[in-house]
Amino acid sequence: MNDAEHLKPGTEIAGYRVEEKFHVGGMAVLYRVTPLAGGEAGVLKVPKLEFGSHPVCYAGFDVERMILERIAGPGVPRLFAGGEGDFGPYLVIEHIAGTPLVEYARRAPLAAKEVARLGAALASALHDLHRQEVVHHDLKPEHVILLDDGRAVLIDFGLAFHGHLPDLVEAEAESNSSGSLLGTPAYISPEQIAGVRGDPRSDVFSLGVMLYLLATGRLPFGEPTSITGLRRRLYFDPLPPRHFLPDLPQWLQEIILHCLEVNAQDRYATAAQVAHDLTHPDQVVVTERGRRMKQARLMTVAKRWLATLTAAPAARKSPTAQLALAPHVLVAVDADGSSAALLQALRDAVRRIIAGEPHWRLSCVSVLEPSMLTEQEEGAEIMRSQHTQRLVELHHWAQPLGLPPERLRFHVLEGGDAATRLVEYARASHADHLVLGARGSSGLRRILGSVSSRVAAEAPCSVTVVRASTSAQTETPD
Amino acid sequence: MGFSFMKIAVLSDIHGNLEALRACLAHAAREGADRHVFLGDMVGYGADPVACLDLLADHAGRGALTVRGNHDQAALGGLCENMNFVAREATYWTRTQLGQAERDFLASLPLTVQRDDLFFVHASADLPEQWTYITSSLQAERCLAASPAAVTFAGHVHHLSLYFSAGGGVHAFRPVSGVPIPLSERRRWLAIVGSVGQPRDGNNAAAYALYDQEKRMLTFFRVPYDHMTAARKIIAAGLPERLAWRLQRGV
Repeated sequence: MNDAEHLKPGTEIAGYRVEEKFHVGGMAVLYRVTPLAGGEAGVLKVPKLEFGSHPVCYAGFDVERMILERIAGPGVPRLFAGGEGDFGPYLVIEHIAGTPLVEYARRAPLAAKEVARLGAALASALHDLHRQEVVHHDLKPEHVILLDDGRAVLIDFGLAFHGHLPDLVEAEAESNSSGSLLGTPAYISPEQIAGVRGDPRSDVFSLGVMLYLLATGRLPFGEPTSITGLRRRLYFDPLPPRHFLPDLPQWLQEIILHCLEVNAQDRYATAAQVAHDLTHPDQVVVTERGRRMKQARLMTVAKRWLATLTAAPAARKSPTAQLALAPHVLVAVDADGSSAALLQALRDAVRRIIAGEPHWRLSCVSVLEPSMLTEQEEGAEIMRSQHTQRLVELHHWAQPLGLPPERLRFHVLEGGDAATRLVEYARASHADHLVLGARGSSGLRRILGSVSSRVAAEAPCSVTVVRASTSAQTETPD
Repeated sequence: MGFSFMKIAVLSDIHGNLEALRACLAHAAREGADRHVFLGDMVGYGADPVACLDLLADHAGRGALTVRGNHDQAALGGLCENMNFVAREATYWTRTQLGQAERDFLASLPLTVQRDDLFFVHASADLPEQWTYITSSLQAERCLAASPAAVTFAGHVHHLSLYFSAGGGVHAFRPVSGVPIPLSERRRWLAIVGSVGQPRDGNNAAAYALYDQEKRMLTFFRVPYDHMTAARKIIAAGLPERLAWRLQRGV
């Protein structure tokens, strides 16, 4: 057998030339390679096998190849080639030039703002992955690379789960009497310890562990080496970050501990919600979770322990079916320029859209277009007061809906034209549904162009354009 | 000649259902299929055995592969002792419909066919003439053990599943329609492609599978077809009404 771990520079494999070995991990060895035919350089990944290793070690290659063949986007590497060499399986993957999150973790504790920036990029990439029916199941700083433009890329899909493909990982584990753990002890979620796969909220838990680490420089559950140590997180919550760093903002602790809830249904329903909160700290509703300085009392721990004995296994949903329970609905409200009937119609539309969805989140947004005045000296002051006025109007609009405040977010978007800003915001906040009113007066529409038609054409999500029923009868369509 | 780099449409258990067969062939054509394999049970139950066999013989003349199923064999003669009452009725009726050309075609069919690393059989690669129903990982494991190829295609059970080897055992997966599944060359795979002409999993859409040999991607498809017409023809032919009823329900 060819020795895959010691390939010499210049060796040719599957149309690629080996340049240099640059990483030796637990399961794999990575080489930089360039295609013989010219073109983009890549990373060759081959298994690292110890003497007597079982071919089961190859399973991760199968899984990673299968998953990478089916996913795309800026948050995951591209797969260039994959196959079988005389040394076993290999993959050629896009080279991601950036800084591994491990290097940031080494400098932890980081400032809250920096934790939020890194965390939001990570959560965004994670949500993009979940939307493609995939749960990563082995998130840790080693598997995240930060690009210079601020985005995060997730790597290593050897333990991943795809809701519409055979679960090779589980199949290999089932046949493995040793019951090997699928994941990394420090980062794995409580339900993963119990063998549950395919819940995107398991990745949200691991995300919480990374946020905790970046914010405090500590791992919330340490690095347990025994199954007893591992199972502690099924009952005990971690020491609150503010126990170590009393100055850590409450909103950040709220977000971190919300990710680390023992029961998946108590966590953030989606990584998109985590990203949204990390980018809008002022909007986070701080509860006891964010303020606490100590762990939960023994009584709570005992209850959780009891619950693990009696809990029925959760019915498995596909990752996207889980996300579908938690739509992020964006409603654009132009309180000033809309009739009372249209504002009411918007409320009715929103109420219908969130009805029956258990984990929805509603963001009410308004676009403040810059006026001539802002160029003058007193302009900034005027913009500030307009901004406040818009926020007040948004709250006033939402109030009759009587919705729980922790599900609501309010944002005034400034600058640019309304359609562009709305589409950008919908994309950045992973909106699933955008609701907006049609511009009432056809004369105005003729001059300014229709915001709603541009948004409907360009938005990355479903768009509902709302008309008040009375105005629809009196106005002539143009 | 192997059929390297082909998109192979695999259709099983057509059972004389011309509407379902045409719908699947048209769907496969749109998906770019350039080779067809028919996994047996072309006749029995449905009202159009001759029209279906004509269509298949036509494909066979252009390179399609066909294997024999238990209903095809029964249509040639014999006592049908293993069949239930409705199946036997349908078989006797089918015999009255077939001419010499159809009989010769059915009689010429092999029980199994192998091409490259693909193996085709109606029921199971393990004793194909026994017409075993593969309904569990255990039977799938026996089939895979007997198959000489890495990827085996079978029908017979009228349900869709994909079995694969992992960690020394065989595991079952329920495929999702229209989602391509990469088949790793490190494993052995058994695709049970479902039934074109009489689906029984509660979904009345016809089922077939498409395998892209170059990319090693397998896709299972469900194709809605005019099942009402197929059911009406069954009743008009004087076949048991139950056969018409089950097409509408997909049971």
